[in-house]
Amino acid sequence: MNYMYDSWKGFEKGTWVNEINVRSFIKHNFTPYDGNEDFLEAPTERTMNLWEQVLELSKQEREAGGVLDMDTKVISTITSHAPGYLDKDKEQIVGFQTDKPFKRALMPYGGIRMAEKACKDNGYELDENVKEFFTTHRKTHNAGVFDAYTPEMRACRSSHIITGLPDAYGRGRIIGDYRRIALYGVDRLIEDKIEQKATTRSAMYSQVIRDREELAEQIRALEDLKKMAASYGFDISLPANNTKEAVQWLYFGYLAAVKEQNGAAMSLGRTSTFLDIYAERDLKNNVFTESELQEIIDHFIMKLRLIKFARTPEYNALFSGDPQWVTESIGGISIDGRHMVTKMSYRYLHTLENLGAAPEPNLTVLWSARLPENFKRFCAKISIETSSIQYENDDLMRFTHGDDYAIACCVSSMRVGKEMQFFGARANLAKCLLYAINGGVDEITGKQIAPEFRPITTEYLNYDEVMKKYDDMMEWLAGVYVNMLNIIHYMHDKYCYEKIQMALHDKNVTRWFATGIAGLSVVADSLSAIKYAKVKVIRNDAGLAVDYEVEGDFPKYGNDDDRVDKIAYDIVHRFMEHIRKNHTYRDSIPTTSILTITSNVVYGKNTGSTPDGRKCGEAFAPGANPMHRRDTNGAVASLASVSKLPFKDAQDGISNTFSIIPNALGKDDIVISGDLHADYLCENGACFSPTLFEGLDRD
Amino acid sequence: MKGFIHSIESFGAVDGPGIRLVVFLQGCILRCAYCHNPDTWKIGVGEEMTPGDIIEKYKRNRHFYKNGGITVSGGEPLLQLDFLTELFSIAKSEGIHTCIDTSGAVFDKKNSAKFDELIKYTDLVLLDLKHIDCTKHTKITGVGNKNVLEFAKYLDKNKVDVWIRHVVVPNLTDKEDDLIQLGKFIGTLQNVKALEVIPYHTYGVKKYSELGIQYRLEGTVSASQELAATARSYIISGIKCTYIK
Repeated sequence: MNYMYDSWKGFEKGTWVNEINVRSFIKHNFTPYDGNEDFLEAPTERTMNLWEQVLELSKQEREAGGVLDMDTKVISTITSHAPGYLDKDKEQIVGFQTDKPFKRALMPYGGIRMAEKACKDNGYELDENVKEFFTTHRKTHNAGVFDAYTPEMRACRSSHIITGLPDAYGRGRIIGDYRRIALYGVDRLIEDKIEQKATTRSAMYSQVIRDREELAEQIRALEDLKKMAASYGFDISLPANNTKEAVQWLYFGYLAAVKEQNGAAMSLGRTSTFLDIYAERDLKNNVFTESELQEIIDHFIMKLRLIKFARTPEYNALFSGDPQWVTESIGGISIDGRHMVTKMSYRYLHTLENLGAAPEPNLTVLWSARLPENFKRFCAKISIETSSIQYENDDLMRFTHGDDYAIACCVSSMRVGKEMQFFGARANLAKCLLYAINGGVDEITGKQIAPEFRPITTEYLNYDEVMKKYDDMMEWLAGVYVNMLNIIHYMHDKYCYEKIQMALHDKNVTRWFATGIAGLSVVADSLSAIKYAKVKVIRNDAGLAVDYEVEGDFPKYGNDDDRVDKIAYDIVHRFMEHIRKNHTYRDSIPTTSILTITSNVVYGKNTGSTPDGRKCGEAFAPGANPMHRRDTNGAVASLASVSKLPFKDAQDGISNTFSIIPNALGKDDIVISGDLHADYLCENGACFSPTLFEGLDRD
Repeated sequence: MKGFIHSIESFGAVDGPGIRLVVFLQGCILRCAYCHNPDTWKIGVGEEMTPGDIIEKYKRNRHFYKNGGITVSGGEPLLQLDFLTELFSIAKSEGIHTCIDTSGAVFDKKNSAKFDELIKYTDLVLLDLKHIDCTKHTKITGVGNKNVLEFAKYLDKNKVDVWIRHVVVPNLTDKEDDLIQLGKFIGTLQNVKALEVIPYHTYGVKKYSELGIQYRLEGTVSASQELAATARSYIISGIKCTYIK
């Protein structure tokens, strides 16, 4: 079949014409932009008016205790609600999750109890019929998981050695390639899916049956997507004709996803450079002015800021707030060497100036030393003004994920439309160490959780003995953990399948099995204390080790000291090797992450005293951070310790959070004379403009 | 040779250009009223390290310091002159930018041979001029400013780049006349590349109670940015005065 649409006029052809291949389209058509931000336009009157309305509603929402309105009866699907508007005449980009803004949808497929609790905790009552239906007639993901869990798994869950399991809510972390809708139109995508279904293997193994059922679901979701768009008055069966349509088509795709799934992270992808191709064409043909383009983007970002889910206070406590992780990845470097910064990258970041700072969407710059200087400066400026940009290392991720990946949640890189992940939870490696010492008995409850291995009975801990027992305990933990995730993702696919998001993926998707670890720096310091100082065990009447006394000093992780940094490396590597020994669901590739950004507090709360001197209940450090106040050599040494961790074992991401008082980043009160060029002081994020010595040049 | 080290900051962004490894040497002869590192005063204690140990620390993270280098601060770095000279000679052979953060108070004009050797390897001096008036300098620091001003002239004569620093403490170092005089002195120097006027802060106060030392400026509040800006304008007016003459 020969595909050619009028809407593609002016685009350079490539493989993208004959197959679904957005990367090829971008590669052939994008225009890198090296200039500065001077072209950007201020918000229009319409934008300011709409944003004022949003601020007013936000205020009402806060005053109402965090939730303004909630659906308790209509089960959210792509087509469940009539169109919703904020101010129909002014909105350039339309669409809400329910029939009005600030009304949270009811999504029970992840688990009816969680949905009910989310209603109740926010002062609403779930409709009795819905509850009855999802308890008696339609099984949920959550119910499926608990049917399959073993007693050991349940014990691990309640003792918190494995925490944050997505077994009662949507797993999230899947990014549909929403750009496909704008570039190809939904009909073409349906056609492609029909062909995929027609070419599955013909022997009906269970995998083949599952594939066929899923493809049928995907096709149905695409049909629904068209219906939803039609209810807003748009026919998205064909490709978008201009920037405004492209944004609208793309947003409808994302909207369908967040109507269907209340996922733990619902990222947008990597859309700015894609959309810039439309904007460049429209500027050239005088279809839109710069101000109109900015308005479209401002309204789009405004919509993304209003994505909301019904959640429980406990969920919000775990994640410190009410995050959606609408992550958008900006910039980066192309495989052919060109940087991928476009005017649209600027327009996206400029929304932080036009609409003010905001945590969502989570605008993430894929940072490379090779990004254009103007863009780096602009990012630094916006960061200083708004503190709302996240940066990630493109030079590191491009090596394994190419130049069309996006960030799912906060740090997981996925090739858009080609990779997805089975996300899940964290193994508490600090607690695991305590189990090794106590022979599998939980240090807080006194219950036997792990197998009854022989405990350590000596007064002082011996490094070799502890390491051997710890390694055995990690092997056990990795096994239980992987198998819990296997159950969770099997059931999620079965009862809460991401139809529309997977419809925007290739047929053969690479699946990552994304495990996680918590408490790394606690473990590294504990083992270092055992090795380089003396650690005395304090036992209670039942003989359980409940506290430790450290005699002498020991090298602490976070000071660029190889003696302990090597231990941290070794723990990550060993644990990952244990993970790899296990079967993983759907041939997924195991990886891990070290990135508890907020949940480290909760993990710490549920973990007894550790041999590094940390007391029972004290918070862990976030991610791969050193423990609080133990890094005494400044940020570079701390970062150097983190950078020694093996990325090949932790490809799902390693985080190091550090905050710094602005004055420590440089000074703006320094007066420079003569040959000291202003740029000299303007490197690496700290950017300031010194007042020049006026009239004092001596030549 | 070994030096007495108080501590090392691997991410120094305020002591010289770029991101720098800042080595705080132990020991000082001044007792500045507003000193925020009283824990560096005592001479002859601290962790002992060789210049090689420090260069090694620098080199393993040198990609962070692309536009920076090494700054030696303190304490008073010039108290460990031989150590400092050896450290900087190695640093220069490795192409590392070198900077000293000093009060200049231990400079000895009559015995400057060792300083002649040091400045061969020194790219920049952050010279802290605490007060232009000798009596008031003594009141603030315990010693007069004769050596300090001679050091400034010595650096000028030898064409060593200098950034002048001055800390503005409310009611102590913020008088208009004094600042104009300070500016006039700075105006006589040809090697000054920058002027940094630092508002007094109280971050270091709690160290005093930990060390059991009485804090002389108890009750003095932090200087505002405005006060620093005003002080700076006084100094600059002094500089212009000399320059126009």
